Amino acid sequence: MAAERNDVEALIERGYEHGFFTDIESDTVAPGLDEDVIRLISRKKQEPEFMLEWRLRAYRHWLTMSEPTWANVTHPPIDFQSISYYSSPKSRDDAPKSLDEVDPKLLETYEKLGIPLHERAALAGVAVDAVFDSVSVATTFKDRLAEEGIVFCSFSEAVRDHPALVERYLGSVVPHTDNFFASLNSAVFTDGSFVYVPKGVRCPMELSTYFRINAANTGQFERTLIIADEGSYVSYLEGCTAPMRDENQLHAAVVELVAHDGAEIKYSTVQNWYPGDEEGRGGIYNFVTKRGECRGDDSKISWTQVETGSAITWKYPSCVLRGRNSIGEFYSVALANLRQQADTGTKMVHIGENTRSTIVSKGISAGRGQNAYRGLVRIEKGAKGARNYTQCDSLLMGDRCGAHTFPYMEVKNPTATVEHEATTSKISEDQLFYCLSRGMSAEDSVSLIVNGFCKEVFKELPMEFAVEAQKLLEVSLEGAVG
Amino acid sequence: MNVSPAVAPYLESFRERRPALPGGSLPWLRQIREAAIAQFRDRGFPGPRDEDWKYTRTAPLERQPFRAATGDPEDAADADVARCAGRVPAGCCRLVFVDGRLSRAHSAFEDPGDGVVVTAMRDALERPPEALRRHFGRYAGREGFPFAALNTAFADDGAFIHLQRRASTPHPVHLLFLSTGREPDVVSHPRVLVIAEVASRALVVEHYAGVGAGSRCFNNAVTEVVLESGACVEHYKVQLEGESTYHIASIEVQQAENSHFTSHLTSLGGRLVRHDINVRMAAPHARCDLQGLYLASGRQHMDFHTRIDHLEPGCTSNEVYKGVLDGRARGVFNGRVLVHPDAQKSDAHQANDNLLLSPHVEIDTKPQLEIHADDVKCSHGATVGQLDESMLFYLRARGIEERSARALLTFGFLEQMLETVPISWLRESLEHGIAGRLPGAADLPGLGDREEATS
Repeated sequence: MAAERNDVEALIERGYEHGFFTDIESDTVAPGLDEDVIRLISRKKQEPEFMLEWRLRAYRHWLTMSEPTWANVTHPPIDFQSISYYSSPKSRDDAPKSLDEVDPKLLETYEKLGIPLHERAALAGVAVDAVFDSVSVATTFKDRLAEEGIVFCSFSEAVRDHPALVERYLGSVVPHTDNFFASLNSAVFTDGSFVYVPKGVRCPMELSTYFRINAANTGQFERTLIIADEGSYVSYLEGCTAPMRDENQLHAAVVELVAHDGAEIKYSTVQNWYPGDEEGRGGIYNFVTKRGECRGDDSKISWTQVETGSAITWKYPSCVLRGRNSIGEFYSVALANLRQQADTGTKMVHIGENTRSTIVSKGISAGRGQNAYRGLVRIEKGAKGARNYTQCDSLLMGDRCGAHTFPYMEVKNPTATVEHEATTSKISEDQLFYCLSRGMSAEDSVSLIVNGFCKEVFKELPMEFAVEAQKLLEVSLEGAVG
Repeated sequence: MNVSPAVAPYLESFRERRPALPGGSLPWLRQIREAAIAQFRDRGFPGPRDEDWKYTRTAPLERQPFRAATGDPEDAADADVARCAGRVPAGCCRLVFVDGRLSRAHSAFEDPGDGVVVTAMRDALERPPEALRRHFGRYAGREGFPFAALNTAFADDGAFIHLQRRASTPHPVHLLFLSTGREPDVVSHPRVLVIAEVASRALVVEHYAGVGAGSRCFNNAVTEVVLESGACVEHYKVQLEGESTYHIASIEVQQAENSHFTSHLTSLGGRLVRHDINVRMAAPHARCDLQGLYLASGRQHMDFHTRIDHLEPGCTSNEVYKGVLDGRARGVFNGRVLVHPDAQKSDAHQANDNLLLSPHVEIDTKPQLEIHADDVKCSHGATVGQLDESMLFYLRARGIEERSARALLTFGFLEQMLETVPISWLRESLEHGIAGRLPGAADLPGLGDREEATS
């Protein structure tokens, strides 16, 4: 337990820590969406013809779709015409050649977020591809990665420098027709990250991107594409914070992962966007499509997420286990406090023989939060000897919150073994009493118990993230226990 | 208003049969029927976008309209009735329905016990006692279940069981519903209402069976059970119709304080089978136990939906469903537990275990928990697997033929669900029913007989 603990009262009253707003000039397109806006985005980003075609196909398909309503969340209708679909920091026009040339205000923002690009990145061995609003402004460790032949850049750079790779893989896991928000993303995404790890290469460092939503009313639509070629390994970290704001902001990202024969991708997320205030005003709508495909034999994709932010989280990082003996994993901690709503889970689609998947989901509900686990385990006919183990536990703190579990299991092969277990409980009085009787404060005890509850997931996180995640959970739960 | 072609014949049939339906002269009952048929008209048959029907298509039901039987229920052969009824001991109050209508000749209205009234639903609807009027149709179709509405509109015969304060049934009340298959495309809408007043205790066996192969028929059953405080109702449902029967049924339960409801469902027969059990624990400290076992083979499709509402504090629910799928069968399980705000100290457990025996089967299982209170203990689990190879090897090594070894292990998997049945004649006939459906069981002397099987 941390020795220096702040006064509980002070912590309860503490507002959202990362609620600041950097005032820099943005090059923003007027709100609204039509084909001209898409053409404009494509032109501004100097994209090749195939990208524009693809965006337009996605847009035309999106027009035929209606917004899904099946999730266990409620929110006022979203007016897609009132969103501005392009915003890039002005400073991009004279693109910075090095950190010295980056707008000092930007650097200041990163300071506040605790990601000093030049120092800590080097110390921690983390390459940061920072996304400020929609355009990547700085990338480090490129040379080191380039030595290994690894491509780690912003999506726009990838479109420019590696169009063949982009054309081959973009939309191959999440097609432009996939779902309402993925189609919208396909039409209007402005930037994101791109990773390609060549055959047999083990990425020497954790790759990391910090996303940040800044300018008001710009829904952020990132696109991430990670390709791990035969026998390679990559660990990717994604973390998010956003400034305090009164209006709801839409975030509809798409993440695609492709793992070839023997490759392994580890994707970790810590999501800490603004959750809204006690009355549920403001806060981010986080409607994300994340899917990985184990395309090759013996490949592995592992998702780990710690979701503490956002007013509404609606995401299902999924694995399509196509290759023989491929492995899918999903480890999740989702916290819903205040009036947060989280509808999250995973899909494991077993297609190949002897595919295995593990799902460990920990939901914590506090305040008036609503937390739902929604998962699908599908064993297709050909998935001989497939194996799944699912465990989802919920912890309830407070009598106005909710915890829900909707696991779907579809099994079409008799040699498959599928297990699902779920429990829901509140913090045990016995555990609490044990801690209190040993002189711990109530806050410390709860924190200890909650961290123990989440331990299985935290141990899957890379070291730096695990520390951050624990801290985040503590801060997010302050005041939740009386 | 556009009415789908599948629905129209039922509306037509309702207009024709309305005057002949029991209680046709009673305005309140007419009103309930009219509202129900309107609900069915608006709702129609469930479509593919309907989440509650995600894995079950009712298209075979819609293709051709079903109609009421015209034959005389008394014509059913004694031998058929005796064979289907199984080993029911003398003294049991038994009502036999043939294609949906009561056969007085085959029924035995023995004394059901002091303070217990068992009447045919048709008679009860013609001269409804106050209690029936208070509860009939109040619970069924609450969740927008179109088939329950259809039943309410056409409800003709079935049983009305009323237990007064502290009354109890000395023997189980046996309701036997026979499908003869004598006429093609027959539909029946069996309706059962059980009212258990304060501290009464009832045992009811609802038994569906088919006579021979016969032609297509559709049993659309609704059972409503009302438990007043401290009442205890054990409901056993056995569903063993032939391969050409469609069986869609819902059981709606309303529970008061300290009441205890037990549902035990055995589903072995029918082509397309769907059971909905909805329990509302509307007062503190109620308890319910739902148990189910299913064995599907050939092209059988069985779908089980249960919903348990913990509306008040201190209620307990316990649910176990176990199933075996063979051939090209398909199974669906959807168990939903809702703990409402303020239903503190709720205790809910749910499990669904499935055994798959053939490469062509499919199981879709979905245990759901929705919890809006914090001081609760809830858990659920689901498993899907196959027979354990090492257990098979153990039996094979002891000279037991593979077929028989498989039968023995499969029977063992389901046996747990039979042990909870306290009515010995029912348990024995279920054991025989299951053993009869396991290839290879015939070679094992005594399988199905508890004494020998366990020794």
